[in-house]
Amino acid sequence: MAEEVKLIGMWGSPFSRRVEIALKLKGVQYDYIEDDLTNKSPLLLKSNPVHKKVPVLLHNGKPIAESLVILEYIDETWKANPILPQHPYDRAMARFWAKYIDEKCMLALWNACWCEKKDREKAVEEAKVCLKTLENELKDKKFFGGESIGLVDIAANFIGFWVGVIGEVVGVELLTIDKFPILCKWRDEYLGCSVIKENLPSKEKLGAYFRTRVESASQSK
Amino acid sequence: MADEIILLDFWPSMFGMRVRVALAEKGLKYEYKEEDLRNKSPLLLEMNPVHKKIPVLIHNGKPICESLIIVQYIDEVWKDKAPLLPSDPYQRAQARFWADYVDKKPYELGRKIWSTKGEEQETAKKEFIECLKLLEGELGEKPYFGGEKIGFVDVALVTFSCWFHAYESFGNFSIEAECPKLIAWTKRCMEKESVSSSLEDPHKVHGFVMGMRKKLGIE
Repeated sequence: MAEEVKLIGMWGSPFSRRVEIALKLKGVQYDYIEDDLTNKSPLLLKSNPVHKKVPVLLHNGKPIAESLVILEYIDETWKANPILPQHPYDRAMARFWAKYIDEKCMLALWNACWCEKKDREKAVEEAKVCLKTLENELKDKKFFGGESIGLVDIAANFIGFWVGVIGEVVGVELLTIDKFPILCKWRDEYLGCSVIKENLPSKEKLGAYFRTRVESASQSK
Repeated sequence: MADEIILLDFWPSMFGMRVRVALAEKGLKYEYKEEDLRNKSPLLLEMNPVHKKIPVLIHNGKPICESLIIVQYIDEVWKDKAPLLPSDPYQRAQARFWADYVDKKPYELGRKIWSTKGEEQETAKKEFIECLKLLEGELGEKPYFGGEKIGFVDVALVTFSCWFHAYESFGNFSIEAECPKLIAWTKRCMEKESVSSSLEDPHKVHGFVMGMRKKLGIE
């Protein structure tokens, strides 16, 4: 039976792009369905009734939601270019850091960019603690996954790309080379990988999207 | 070489209990170390410098943190006995999805039920019941979330059940009245020694929560 793989995603979502990176890395053919999150499709609502969010992977009609869950599913289903290590301890470490990025870092980085001016200093400090923690974890590795990108690198796409774009728009530079030389080096290597480069939104389009957000936020005040 | 397993834990923690259940399911011997969270041990700070939280499993000197990650680790290392995750990738994805849901919703809402009052508490109660009903729907007619045997989602969720009495008491509502099937499932799980020996007495938990409320000045 021919394999049918569909991805419901959103062009600007780092979560959605994570799944595309994994599928491309493994050479999996898929149909991409862009969802208008201001007017969610019946397919999205049916495929992810619990969270009603993208990304959702549909494999032969069966839905899988939550990007990190999808990444593990992809790794277990298509064996080429593994994104998780083999050894249980290393797998636990990869899951730990992916979760740390998802639950602590992304929130802290997002807050630092979008909070009220009065809260900014504290929020930026918290974001920098996260970045320092990741910097220390990376140490002398080329990627979090070692010689090639793995689960943690894919999860860190927000840090590799989105943080810079949003930072430019709101005027908050978080990933500075003086404080985070190792992480900046990682970012450059990361963005140099073709599978990453080709699965990022356009910088201009993303910048414009966030600029609109800033403008509408200031208008509503 | 015999395995050395140490669990850094805090007795009322539903997250720590998950690891206790998993270790018991696999029939593993381990050293339990109780942590005083107001005075964290150097060992805890060394083994979990990022979050400084329990539970931490230390296996032959190497630490693993985050309860669901620990449970998966245990399942992968001791894979020949009582598998907790299914072998089919799609079923595994569903199990991970629901365990993740349990982590994100019920815990925060439960916390609000015992630590807030008035409208905030009422909203938390309503949403908590909605979560449990959703989980009841996912359980369906199966004896366990894992099917015929307890699995990953059962381990993730059952440890909350010893906190239900505290939620009901301080929230002034009955979980069984709203979600009888889920309560029946908790009783079924408690028939297993791995669960009953790992969960705490609900009255003891109630006493603990009462102490927390006093400290936070909620009455």
